[in-house]
Amino acid sequence: MPIDSVFTGLSWNPVHDVHELFTYPFMVHALEAGTIVAVMSGVIGWFMVLRRQTFAGHTLSMTAFTGASAASLAGAPVAVGYFGICSLGALALAAATGTRRSLSSESAATGSIGAFALALGFLFVNLYHGALNGLDSLLFGTFLGITSGQVLALLVVAAVAIALVGLAARPLLFASVDPDVARAAGVRVRLLGLGFLLVLGLAVAETSQITGSLLVFALLVTPAATAQRLTTRPLAGVVLSVVLALAVTWLGLALAYFSIYPVGFYITSVSFALYLLARAFA
Amino acid sequence: MFAQEFMRNALIAGTAVGVACGLVGWFVVLRAQVFAGDALSHVAFTGALAAAAAGIDLKVGLFVACIGGGIVMGALGDRARADDVVIGTLFAWSLGLGVLFLSIFTTNASASNGTAGVRVLFGSIFGLSAADVQTSIVLAALAVVLLATIARPLLFASIDAAVAAAQGVPVRAIGLVFLALVGLVAAQATQAVGALLLLGLLAAPAGAAHRLTTSPWRGLGLSALFALASVWLGLTLSYVFPTLPPSTMVIFTAVGIYTAAMSLPPLARLLG
Repeated sequence: MPIDSVFTGLSWNPVHDVHELFTYPFMVHALEAGTIVAVMSGVIGWFMVLRRQTFAGHTLSMTAFTGASAASLAGAPVAVGYFGICSLGALALAAATGTRRSLSSESAATGSIGAFALALGFLFVNLYHGALNGLDSLLFGTFLGITSGQVLALLVVAAVAIALVGLAARPLLFASVDPDVARAAGVRVRLLGLGFLLVLGLAVAETSQITGSLLVFALLVTPAATAQRLTTRPLAGVVLSVVLALAVTWLGLALAYFSIYPVGFYITSVSFALYLLARAFA
Repeated sequence: MFAQEFMRNALIAGTAVGVACGLVGWFVVLRAQVFAGDALSHVAFTGALAAAAAGIDLKVGLFVACIGGGIVMGALGDRARADDVVIGTLFAWSLGLGVLFLSIFTTNASASNGTAGVRVLFGSIFGLSAADVQTSIVLAALAVVLLATIARPLLFASIDAAVAAAQGVPVRAIGLVFLALVGLVAAQATQAVGALLLLGLLAAPAGAAHRLTTSPWRGLGLSALFALASVWLGLTLSYVFPTLPPSTMVIFTAVGIYTAAMSLPPLARLLG
C-alpha cells in the first residue's frame, strides 16, 4: 500500500529527509516494529537456514494466513488465530517430519500441510464474505497503521523468542550441524527440533501481523542466507544476519516512504541484491 | 451436473491438470523438490500480475515467468538440484515483485479489478472458457510427452545421480529440463486451481503414491489416479455445496487421500 496521501518526494537534503521520516507517528511505529521484527528474524532465520528448514518456515507462514482468516470468521482476536494456528502448524510439521524419514517423504508431507492450510484459509475467507478486499493485506501486510500497543506486544514476543533460542543455542547448534553425533552425546535432538519449530511458529505469527503472511519469509531467509555465504562462524553469522535484516528493513521503509511502491517490494529486492552480491564475491 | 457448460469445462480442464500434476508430482516428490514446485507456483503469481500490470495476456506472463523461474532455480543450485536456501531467497524476491505488480495493477485498473490478485492466487476453475480448456489440454499433453521422453534418464538421475553421471547421463541438463517442465505444469495449473493450491496437487497425490508403492510405473499411475480423483471429487463437492470454493475442495480431497495413505500401512499392521 503506497503512502501517496503524504507523499512529498525527496528534497535531496539528507538531514531534512531523514528528519521527515520521523515526523509522522505511523512512520515511527513502522520503524520501531520493523526494527524488532528484523532483529528477531535475523536470529531465528539464521538457525532456520542452518537447519535447512526454509520450506518449513514458509509453510508456517502460510498457516499464519489460515489463522488470521479463521479468527476473523470466528470473531476472535486476530492475534489468537495467528498464535493458535501457527503452533498447530509447528506441531503438525514436527510430527510429519520428526521421524527419520527420507527427504522425499518429508518434502511431500510439508507440501501437503502447507496446501491444506492455505485451502482452509481460503475457505474461511470465502465463508466470511466481505473480507475478500482485506485478503491482499492479510497476505502482503501493511507496515502502516501499526499502533503503539502492537509495537509493545511485538517487543515482548521477540524478546521471548530470542531468549528461548539464546538459552538453547549451544545444543541447538550441535543438533543442527550433526544430529547423529549430538544424539550420541545425549542431546535431545527431537525435542530441540520440536521446540525450534514452535519458536519459529511464534516468530512467524508475530511477524505476519505486520508484514503479511507471504513476506515474513523475506526477512527470515534472505539475510540469513547472505550471512551464511559470508561467514561460517556461528556468532559472527548471527550478528551479520541481524545487521543485514536491520539494514534492508530500514532502507526498504525509507524507500517506500519516498516513493509510491509497496515496502515489501523494496525489502525483498534490496535483500535479494545483497544475496546476489554475496554469492558473486564470496 | 454435466448439463452445465461451466461444469463440463471445469471437469475437462481439471482432468488435464490432474494428470499432468500427478505424473510430474511423482518425480517432484521422488527428487524431494516440492519446495521448488511451491516456489514456482508463487513465481506464477508474479508472472501473471506482471502481465496484468503491463496490460498483456496473463498467459504470456505465466509461462515466461514459470519456465524461466525453473531454469534460474536449477542454474543457481548445485548440480541443478536447486537447494532450499536458493529457492527460498528467489521465492521471497518474486513475492516482493508480485506485490509491486499488484500495486501497479490495482492503481492503474479500475476499482472493480481489485480482486485480480485473489483470482490468480486461488484460481477460478468454474470461470474457464472453451478456449482455456483447449489450451490446458494441449499443454498437459505437451508436458506428459516431454516427461515421457526424459522419464528413464530422469528416474536414473533422481535415484542415483553419481552413478547416472558416470554412465554418461547428462544429470545437470536433465535436472534443468525437469525444473522447466515443472514450471510449465505450474503455469498450466495456475489457471485452474490457482497459484497457491497447485502445491497440493503436486505434493499430496504423489506423496500418497510413494507411500503405497515403490515401483516407478505403478507409482506414476497411482499418483495420476489420485490427482484425478481429487479433482473430480473436489469439483463435485463444490458443485453440490456452492458455498465451498472448488479449489479448496480439490485440495481437501487430495490431502484426505494423502492422510489415508499415510495411516493405511500402520493400520494394516495393527489389524493383521
